[in-house]
Amino acid sequence: MDNMKDMILKYVIEEYMEEGGDPISYDTPLISGGIVDSFSMVSLKRFLENKLKISIPDDQATPEAFDSVNKISDLVKRFVK
Amino acid sequence: MAYNDKMRALYQEQLEGLKAAGIFKQERYIHSPQAADIEVEFPEGSSLRKVINMCANNYLGLSSHPDVIKAAHEGLDRRGYGMSSVRFICGTQDIHHELEKKVTEFLGTEGTLLFPSCMDANAGVFEAVLTKDDVMISDRLVHASLIDGIRLCSAMHDTFKHSDMAHLESKLQLHSDKRLKMVITDGVFSMDGDTAKLDEMVALSNKYEAMLLVDDSHASGFIGKTGRGTHEKCGVMGKIDIITTTFGKALGGASGGCVSGRKELVEMCRQKARPYLFSNTIAPVVVAGVLKVLDILNASTEGRDKLERNAAYWRKGLTDAGFVLKEGDTPIVPVMLFNAKLSQDVSRALYDEGVYAVGFFFPVVPQGQARIRTQISAAHETRHLDKALDAFTKVGTKFNILGKTKQEIIEMYGN
Repeated sequence: MDNMKDMILKYVIEEYMEEGGDPISYDTPLISGGIVDSFSMVSLKRFLENKLKISIPDDQATPEAFDSVNKISDLVKRFVK
Repeated sequence: MAYNDKMRALYQEQLEGLKAAGIFKQERYIHSPQAADIEVEFPEGSSLRKVINMCANNYLGLSSHPDVIKAAHEGLDRRGYGMSSVRFICGTQDIHHELEKKVTEFLGTEGTLLFPSCMDANAGVFEAVLTKDDVMISDRLVHASLIDGIRLCSAMHDTFKHSDMAHLESKLQLHSDKRLKMVITDGVFSMDGDTAKLDEMVALSNKYEAMLLVDDSHASGFIGKTGRGTHEKCGVMGKIDIITTTFGKALGGASGGCVSGRKELVEMCRQKARPYLFSNTIAPVVVAGVLKVLDILNASTEGRDKLERNAAYWRKGLTDAGFVLKEGDTPIVPVMLFNAKLSQDVSRALYDEGVYAVGFFFPVVPQGQARIRTQISAAHETRHLDKALDAFTKVGTKFNILGKTKQEIIEMYGN
């Protein structure tokens, strides 16, 4: 699953990080840490759904479930066939 | 009494925290009409001080223009003080309808609906025209009022990096399955003073069949050769689906705002926008004043021409003095200080030198990007700008930031 984590991490860096910002890891808090606002989470969810051909129910796409690369990976794994 | 000592202590602690961080906001009491020269009481109880105002949205100097004041007096006499009603019950006078027609002509749109403020226009417009089947794609630096309106709408929301057209296009592709797509931007960005690439945004919106909404509050009246706004500057008059704007800045500065654009969208707002339905009508005295403002702007571009010259003069003066500025060509000229407390200290030092300019810091601007936002007016004469430049130079020298780079300022003061 490291490939998936790397894919998510790469997307988060390209999508949300400012140039010259501190590096982030699989465990860096994304939403509670202010890197990703809860609005922008939408694009991450849609990116994963399109990329992996899955559908994540809105009630499970919570800020808590999207708060780190590790947590996102855990969530996504449940829907990948 | 539910408000007990525990609750009081909780809020007192939060307020003390803001003070300790040097980010506690304090009002300054102005004892004169809005103008280039104002008389200010600050701190509370101190004697009045005459200072140059460098932070008003009074771009065209019309807030205290004698013709506008006269028209407002006449409006007060002819149509009264208040209407004691929302628009659709018994709050629409002939002059409200007249103003909607005049704004439509001025902006080059199909129709207009007045709101009590542009904050209200932005709060109501999205939910009135979009549903959960749609998507809103906004620039990441849009004004807080747009963000609030977006939050109130059931449509999906996504963002694109500030003025990054490639990123916007990728988002339009990502959301191609949505029923309706709406791209949302400021015309002129209020904190940075830069201008949206509306020509490119119109092209992308056409390509991906998206609607385009522009908040032109910091542009209406003076951006573009005849002051119609950012859409005039970018050569896309008639191609913006919704323009929201305010009468509280260049257009007289009193209050009020509007949604202007495609007639069906405007009519949807009239039927469904909650701030239109449930908030009071604009006072007749204000409507009369804005009508006169539009007459003045239709008759001459003298004000916006002077403003353009003043802004160029001011920007060059600050650049020559060695300040770090945000790039742009509008009357909003942000002097970058990066550190929140430094922005407050510089603001206070400028005040002591006779210049009123407020420091902005997080959350009004992104963390580590504190600044003094200066705003130029057609009410400024060269003597005002020269005196203010002298004060900025003196204060910049005191804090040792002239000729310093962003990195050097951050090393000295943090961010």
